[in-house]
Amino acid sequence: MKNDNNKKIASQNQLKYRLEGSTLYLYNSLNFAHSGDFVNDMLKRLKNYKSPELIINLAGLTEIDSAGVAAIFYLKRKISEKNIDVSITEASNRVSKKLELFGPDKATTSSKVKKAPFLESLAIRLQDFFTSYISEFILLSADVFYWTLHDLFNPRSRRKGEVLNQAVLIGVNATLIVVVMMFIIGLVIALQSSAQLRHFGANIFVVDLTVIAMMAQMGPLITAILVAGRSGSAIAAEIATMKVTAELDALKTMGLNPIRFAVIPKIYGCLSTMPFLTILANIAGIAGGMLAAYLFLDISPEVFINRMGHSIYSKDIMTGIVKSLVYGSIIVLTGSFFGLRVKEGAEGVGKSTTVAVVVAISLVIIADSIMGLIFYT
Amino acid sequence: MASDKIIEVNRLSVSFDGKTVLSDASFSAYNGNITVILGGSGSGKTTVFKHILGLYPVEPGKIFLLGNDIATLDENEQNKLYLKMGVFYQNGGLLSSLTVGENVALPLEQHTDLPDEIIKEIASQKLSLVNLNDTYHMYPSQLSGGMFKRAALARAIVMDPQMLLCDEPGSGLDPVSLASLDNLIIELKKQLQMSVVMVTHEVSSILRIADRIIFLADSKVIFEGPVSDALSSDKKPLINFFNKS
Repeated sequence: MKNDNNKKIASQNQLKYRLEGSTLYLYNSLNFAHSGDFVNDMLKRLKNYKSPELIINLAGLTEIDSAGVAAIFYLKRKISEKNIDVSITEASNRVSKKLELFGPDKATTSSKVKKAPFLESLAIRLQDFFTSYISEFILLSADVFYWTLHDLFNPRSRRKGEVLNQAVLIGVNATLIVVVMMFIIGLVIALQSSAQLRHFGANIFVVDLTVIAMMAQMGPLITAILVAGRSGSAIAAEIATMKVTAELDALKTMGLNPIRFAVIPKIYGCLSTMPFLTILANIAGIAGGMLAAYLFLDISPEVFINRMGHSIYSKDIMTGIVKSLVYGSIIVLTGSFFGLRVKEGAEGVGKSTTVAVVVAISLVIIADSIMGLIFYT
Repeated sequence: MASDKIIEVNRLSVSFDGKTVLSDASFSAYNGNITVILGGSGSGKTTVFKHILGLYPVEPGKIFLLGNDIATLDENEQNKLYLKMGVFYQNGGLLSSLTVGENVALPLEQHTDLPDEIIKEIASQKLSLVNLNDTYHMYPSQLSGGMFKRAALARAIVMDPQMLLCDEPGSGLDPVSLASLDNLIIELKKQLQMSVVMVTHEVSSILRIADRIIFLADSKVIFEGPVSDALSSDKKPLINFFNKS
């Protein structure tokens, strides 16, 4: 996007040029203000140029800057491509110095690295993916797992109040959004299924449907997705910023393990609150379903609660809690992994945050499918 | 000499929240010179620099930049004036989302009608002038501290400015890199026939680079003149500054 106000730089010393036979004469000043127009005009005029040579006569040129020099050499190169011999003559001392300073031999244009063939670059990318993503993620997970167990029995290694702080940030502060969202989801599920169940006179089964859907699937999954969006991004941004501002290096040089210092309290905070958050989410979802059942299927809360006894299974409760622990670990690990991988700069922090959230949600859904297969087949 | 003035500061006073940062400061910087504004921490160097750039309103006082009273310029006129100046910020100010070459080419893309090929060539030339030949496609985060500063310098000079303004260019550099940056600025000044105004407190740099110095202390301009005069001056803040450093 060009800034129109500043597009042209004012110049009191207007460029003049004329093509006479095979000589191009330039007068006054060739600078940022005129170089673009000069080049475009000359390329048009020289399109059908037939002479075997062109002399660029700079005798009348009093001023030139780097853009002017670049324009002259650009023109020279373009015309030379048509097998026309181009020479630059009669430049004053002052202009010659600038031609020498900004001439093309000074500028070594670094070309981009030559691209590898498709299959080769695919193989390189795959190898890079496995070595720098998968293996590093596994190494980080192993590190975190070790220190999580190690520090569990070694409370002195933790900063006082940090786990509680993280539990509040990751879990407690997410309660409202999780409860409200799950209530709405429970209500919508019951509402949409009630329309179908009514046709078959199976109104009462809306209770089974809502309860099983909430306990076994929706509660843990939606909670994890909300926490990934809310806290996963915060974890990635915090750790990435710590890396960019050399806080992690400072921890290392103080003899502190950055993983223990920055990641482990988040793991404890997340794992200690996710099961409770999931249970609250289940309750809110069922409450939403109960409201829909009462409003649209004339199922009173008493009947709903009585029927719940037939559809709540301890297995669903347990799998929900196990799932919430797995999802919590995935969210913290992913956020930390991408936070630690950040390249320097503000842009890197933004990128790592976005990638952390997308990958965390994807991994949670993949883990959900795997655990679904494990627990229900 | 008066017509050679590129910057003229007349009776500039600045205060923030009732605290006087500058009081009745007057000084000039001259064409073809390297003028260094120096002083201890909190002496008002950066405040002066930002006023010269027109980032703060000048009141009371007047600042003439290349003969223009900056308080009377509208935004367009101010932008045109900026094109005659290259500014080199303390932290470089390179955009991390662009490559080094794109950073250097940015002013050309914004302010000229030059074809892309020529823009790339000019950007490469300027990178070559600061000895960063193979960095066009690298990102600023891939550069070392010294290279980062030189890339920022290349961007500052890409429009062939009449005047280069530098705010603490050597901050964060080791002595070798600092000396090399100073020599580069001296060389570029000669080649591009620029005037340079620099804010710094690095004494080694001042002795290497400065033609004239403006010394700020206690919110006032204590000294203005050639470096040799400053070194033989009997003014206590000046003696203390050079002795401590």
